[in-house]
Amino acid sequence: MSSDGVNLRRRRFLTATTVAVGGVGGTFAAAPFVSSLLPSQKAKALGAPVRIDISKIEPGALHRDEWRGKLVMVVRRTKQNLEDLLALQGKLLDPNSKRQQQPSYAQNPYRSIRDEYLVMIGLCTHLGCAPTYRPEVSPEDLGPEWKGGFYCPCHGSRFDLAGRVYKSVPAPANMEIPPYRYISDTLIEVGVDPENT
Amino acid sequence: MIDNVLSKVAVVPALLLAWLDRRFPVTRMWNEHLAHYYAPKNFNFWYFFGSLALVVLVIQIVTGIFLTMNYKPSAAEAFASVEFIMRDVNYGWLIRYMHSTGASAFFIVVYLHMFRGLMYGSYKQPRELLWILGMLIYMTLMAEAFLGYLLPWGQMSFWGAQVIVSLFEAMPFGIGAPLAEWIRGDFTISDATLNRFFAYHVIAVPLALLVLVAAHIIALHEVGSNNPDGIEIKEHKDENGVPLDSIPFHPYYTVKDIVGVLVFLILFFSVVFYAPEMGGWFLEHNNFIPADPLRTPEHIVPLWYFTPFYSILRAFTYPFLGVDAKLWGVLAMGASQLLFFFLPWLDRSPVRSIRYRGPYFRCALYSFALAFVVLGYLGVKSPTETDLFLFNNTVWAQIFTAVYFAFFLLMPWYTKMDKDENRPVPERVTG
Repeated sequence: MSSDGVNLRRRRFLTATTVAVGGVGGTFAAAPFVSSLLPSQKAKALGAPVRIDISKIEPGALHRDEWRGKLVMVVRRTKQNLEDLLALQGKLLDPNSKRQQQPSYAQNPYRSIRDEYLVMIGLCTHLGCAPTYRPEVSPEDLGPEWKGGFYCPCHGSRFDLAGRVYKSVPAPANMEIPPYRYISDTLIEVGVDPENT
Repeated sequence: MIDNVLSKVAVVPALLLAWLDRRFPVTRMWNEHLAHYYAPKNFNFWYFFGSLALVVLVIQIVTGIFLTMNYKPSAAEAFASVEFIMRDVNYGWLIRYMHSTGASAFFIVVYLHMFRGLMYGSYKQPRELLWILGMLIYMTLMAEAFLGYLLPWGQMSFWGAQVIVSLFEAMPFGIGAPLAEWIRGDFTISDATLNRFFAYHVIAVPLALLVLVAAHIIALHEVGSNNPDGIEIKEHKDENGVPLDSIPFHPYYTVKDIVGVLVFLILFFSVVFYAPEMGGWFLEHNNFIPADPLRTPEHIVPLWYFTPFYSILRAFTYPFLGVDAKLWGVLAMGASQLLFFFLPWLDRSPVRSIRYRGPYFRCALYSFALAFVVLGYLGVKSPTETDLFLFNNTVWAQIFTAVYFAFFLLMPWYTKMDKDENRPVPERVTG
């Protein structure tokens, strides 16, 4: 084929614009496929609030429940627990819960609405394992300074009984407190903020 | 009369081949890749693992196809369907154990194949692209293994996937959490995640794997195989242009490799028949418990082939430079893979094979291999306990993570320091 008299500049320009337009078209064509991988409408609908009856939880005991497929932990803390929490300050990474891992109404020393009950997403902030509830004081494997809390079996992160992370562990932040409210003294609802906030 | 007919019939195959050759390059491809592919004559034991990897790939594809016929990719049915395969499908146990053992066998073979490359400098010029294609196969293989591990929907399937997908949450600038949601298709690992992982595992990733394997072999046959002496056989050719130190791949190496395959299959089926769980190393005990999103197993460990990188991930426990420990761990784990790609340029030595390299490289390679094994061992242990001596497992993981990275990052220097210590490289292969 002869290429005499071909305007090469124009040919290059046409090739470039064709590629560019084709690229834009390809991106648009890919969008529905990429979007189809996002949570479906059904998955979003299943994220509705759940109610948890807390009347049967003994002092010092843990209750597990589920919200949005995530583990929700409710711990009824003893007086001793609450006292111990105040003494841990120096050992924690974020003792005053400065990082936004809780709603503003749970940004207090016990990270809860009512001091006694801790309501928390039971997933380690490192890689999402469920930390084990270790309420006992000074067990052999966790050392003499342990005042009760959560220990992540995956990578050894430690949290206190308010879900606050210790220093020098892999987890970077305190455990997450979900939005929740008290409907009555014995019933809470996870997934919605209290009415007055 | 009968002789006449016979002589005519005898030429039928040749005519058929000629007919085919005019329409598809059968003979040319056969010659290029087998009969006239001249490989160095001094291949040793370490050269079995390339062809063995191909054998395992075939085992995985064939058994995988048969598993999909009875497996149900839904959170409600997956676990039970695997037990159904194990108990009620004729020879279902065999097909599944071949597939699960095949996964571990794949990594054993590939790790040995890669170590061979490191020993004999097979990644060095002109085989850089061959090495990079091989690394891409390895990364794809890891993705394939990870995706497949969710499918039995046991406790380890679930929590392993939870941990790995959470790695993406460490991404900065607020893209982490939406990205993880996009990968899972839900707020947690769920039915949606299982279903899509199934799609990736049985079609998307295997397709990529096959294309990469084809590219790897084509690239190999373009540059020619390296050998234990690490010298270029193409520098000494006979009058026909055939390297003097070479033999045609077929029949010489095909026959040799078949012997290797036989030995491999004896070992492979010994495991399949007598120790398919391999004491929890090939099939973890916790994975015989159905997935429970509300209860994490006491010890979450990935399968052995990921544990070296898992150790590196959790070796980072201190935030520094304003970046938290989790992100450092994720970055280090990514770097531990990526650095392999740069080996051809990190290595400044003129010598390929360890046979003629100086003490620094030997020492570095053996330290690296030791670090890899120790990190792998620590990866299955609890981070706070002390399973070796003196220090707890986290401290040892930190020490060996340093060794691991030193192998790569100091390579430009120690391979140069070997300059006067390297032994003379022979002109011709030494057998």
